[in-house]
Amino acid sequence: MEEKTNVKSLDKVVVRFSGDSGDGMQLAGNIFTNVSAGMGNQVSTFPDYPAEIRAPQGSLSGVSGFQVSVGTGVYTPGDKCDVLIAMNPAALKQNVKFLRPGGVIITDIDSFKESDLKKALFETLDPIKELGITAQVVEVPVTSLTKAALADSGLDNKSMLKCRNIFALGLVCWLFDRPIESALHHLKNKFAKKPAIYEANARVIAAGYDYGSNIHASVSTYRIETDEIVPGDYTDINGNTATAWGLIMASEKSGRPLFLGSYPITPATDILHELAKRKDLGVRACQMEDEIAGVCSAIGASFAGDLAVTSTSGPGLALKGEGIGLAVMAELPLVVIDVQRGGPSTGLPTKTEQTDLMQALYGRNGESPLAVVAPCSPTDCFAMAFEACRIAIEHMTPVILLSDAFIGNGSSAWRIPEADEYPEIKPNYLPAERCDGSWKPYERDPETQVRYWAIPGTPGATHRIGGLEKDAVTGAISTDPVNHEKMVKIRREKIARIANDIPLLETLCDDTADTLLVGWGGTYGHLYTAARELTAAGRPVAFAQFRYINPLPANTGEVLRRYRRVIVAELNCGQFADYLQAKFPDVKIERVNKIQGQPFLVSEVVEAVTKIMEEN
Amino acid sequence: MEETLYTPANFKNDQSVRWCAGCGDHAILNTLHKAMATVGVPPHKTAVISGIGCSSRLPYYMNTYGFHTIHGRAAAIATGFKVANPDMTVWQISGDGDGLAIGGNHFIHAVRRNVDINMLLFNNKIYGLTKGQYSPTSERGFVSKSSPYGTTEDPFIPAELVFGARGNFFARSIDVELAISQEVMVAAARHRGTSVVEILQNCMIFNNGIHNDIVDRAYRAERTIHLRHGEKMLFGKDGNRGLVQDGFLLKAVTVGEDGYTMDDVLVHDAHTPSNFLHQQLAMMDGHELPLAIGVIRDVASPVYNDEIDAQVAAVKSKKGFDSLRDMIMAGDHWHVD
Repeated sequence: MEEKTNVKSLDKVVVRFSGDSGDGMQLAGNIFTNVSAGMGNQVSTFPDYPAEIRAPQGSLSGVSGFQVSVGTGVYTPGDKCDVLIAMNPAALKQNVKFLRPGGVIITDIDSFKESDLKKALFETLDPIKELGITAQVVEVPVTSLTKAALADSGLDNKSMLKCRNIFALGLVCWLFDRPIESALHHLKNKFAKKPAIYEANARVIAAGYDYGSNIHASVSTYRIETDEIVPGDYTDINGNTATAWGLIMASEKSGRPLFLGSYPITPATDILHELAKRKDLGVRACQMEDEIAGVCSAIGASFAGDLAVTSTSGPGLALKGEGIGLAVMAELPLVVIDVQRGGPSTGLPTKTEQTDLMQALYGRNGESPLAVVAPCSPTDCFAMAFEACRIAIEHMTPVILLSDAFIGNGSSAWRIPEADEYPEIKPNYLPAERCDGSWKPYERDPETQVRYWAIPGTPGATHRIGGLEKDAVTGAISTDPVNHEKMVKIRREKIARIANDIPLLETLCDDTADTLLVGWGGTYGHLYTAARELTAAGRPVAFAQFRYINPLPANTGEVLRRYRRVIVAELNCGQFADYLQAKFPDVKIERVNKIQGQPFLVSEVVEAVTKIMEEN
Repeated sequence: MEETLYTPANFKNDQSVRWCAGCGDHAILNTLHKAMATVGVPPHKTAVISGIGCSSRLPYYMNTYGFHTIHGRAAAIATGFKVANPDMTVWQISGDGDGLAIGGNHFIHAVRRNVDINMLLFNNKIYGLTKGQYSPTSERGFVSKSSPYGTTEDPFIPAELVFGARGNFFARSIDVELAISQEVMVAAARHRGTSVVEILQNCMIFNNGIHNDIVDRAYRAERTIHLRHGEKMLFGKDGNRGLVQDGFLLKAVTVGEDGYTMDDVLVHDAHTPSNFLHQQLAMMDGHELPLAIGVIRDVASPVYNDEIDAQVAAVKSKKGFDSLRDMIMAGDHWHVD
């Protein structure tokens, strides 16, 4: 690689690819991510795509973005980007707000003709001035250079235009010193079945890279630090795929076949897609007629002896409520995945929120306790999906996994676990000596309060269960008032005792601080980064992220009481803060909330926490 | 399957049956015990799954695996059960409200998928457990607690819904016709795919005698026809009434009258893939033409759970991953030392 002038060395950079939703920005972003992860960078991505599948070309509503942060100490995709690629005026208009001061904009100047500007509702012919942009803008004739590179390729005009994203990728690879060979490797996988398209993209990426080296006098390039990372095999993974794979791992570790009953819903559908592919591992994924059938088929599969799962988002969780209550009553293992999105009602289907917490905890009739867990990052989706399954099977209960659109779609480099890294999951099977017809279905382990699981097909263990209240001893239908109260308390206690079987809450950052910043689920990256920045800036804070929501880790009260200030930051109006406050009325809880369908910005968390710290 | 291995007692348990005295459900329960014994699948290989309603209490009276679930969802739950544990024989019990109103969507989709379950649809044209509201099978104008001036809507005819959902097995019986009920239940169990058995059932308390215009002993022979595959479509107390083709429609005639001979009487073919004639037979309502009981349609067709199993086997043998890690390592990844 040739000597570069004007090289900046950075611990991390943020790049935002933006263009029309048909321009392939997600692909360009993904390849850049994979190449960077392959170089040993930490990566974190944020695909920001429109709800419309194909909005009018060049329109503001059709802009699709993909933001990625690469480097060291990367826990979020970054608040603002260092480099913004805008493939058309609409993309520029929608995304310029994400550029940090001093950042660089790269545009496809060929797509800034009068007609393009009109589609993006510009009033003048000078979009840079109209938007008040003072940043450096590098105008690159991406379209014409792409076409030139493919002049003798035999491709038609439309196919040539589809390679523009890869030209931009080549340019960005040069800018950040990414090896083009690695990008070629990923392109080859992507277009394995279309060699002609691969060849075209290989030429175009080289053209973009070469163009970069030819203009190097006019723009800075960057050298990004790499981390010491744990040796092993790595792949790039998004949260929804990680969730699906975590379920498969739990199936392997429990010996129970995996069943998914689901219904398409944004942003959870990719879990269904992935598990539908995994027939190659024996997974049975059924697309049912509605959300209710999704959960109900899973409940049937659970009764039949499978590790049964249903996947959905908030509106679907609402529909599944009665079914989940049945699983509570029948005490069957069931994993319910809610990839949260903006609500209520249809709300913001492609945007992220943490507004289903109360629904997960309490959204059913009757006293209906169940376990709730929440992964904190795309890769943690694997670990927590596994945990949800482990708790469901070992404690014979439904478990709700609260993922969200941000971590579900976001991706990170992930070390592929070795076979023995995850523990065996041990179902509470009915002991063989009790398969003699004497067993009653609500007999339970006295220590854990977990009832035994007899798999249909087992001789001597036939039994009937159902949604009606049962006698605690005989398992027969019972309307006895005292028995009902007893059963309500048993079901509650069974869930409470899961606290003995989950890790304690840990704190990060400055443990000696008097302020504890608290989050839960998918906000981990932003909050942890904010806590580190605050601490580094002389406002020390400790930080705790909850991944186990119900029951809470056994030491929760003790941890909260160690700090003078407890600040709960979450992407809702304060649901987790309310939940904690109800459980620990003696702890004064401050709140930081955002309900905009977008993840936190580190800067706004820092600002809000600083304000609270200054005020009291 | 050895038919002498089990007796009805093997499928009963010691729970006291709590339906009202005289309810048609008692007869259906006893018949089901007998049918299961005849089919010969052991109790521990049998699952009975129900929704909510009087009929849905049935699993509690079985010595099999049983699941009394929630209103309307039995078909979806039974579907998941069968896919997960295809070695089990699955029976699904629903009433007309459970199966066709709140559970209508699951009903049609289970039938469309052709998952291998045996659905018994107890049709008493009333909501019994909630004490007497009209159901989706109540006739237009039916007066009930929730329709004091008569309903203003048309009912479903279960068979028509089954055919609309492209069902491949439909049979009908009457609670008091024990032998025919047993015959159709056994046929339903032996059919691979979704088998729908409609049983006209009497609710003594809220809708007593609703089927009497057809099933009353005084004229049951004239107003019903017992269809058997391969046999002439004959009925009537003297057995000389028959169904003949009249253009595209059916007509009831008396053999030996108006020039009709035995040769004109149709032979029932339950196995023909076309449902054209099956539908006409199933739509006969006991007035102009006799109500059909027995197995009306029984056609082999690809079975949902079998197809899933076959696909899993085919994909596994082609790709051959032993584990999750194996699968991931076959994809895009990199190594860090």
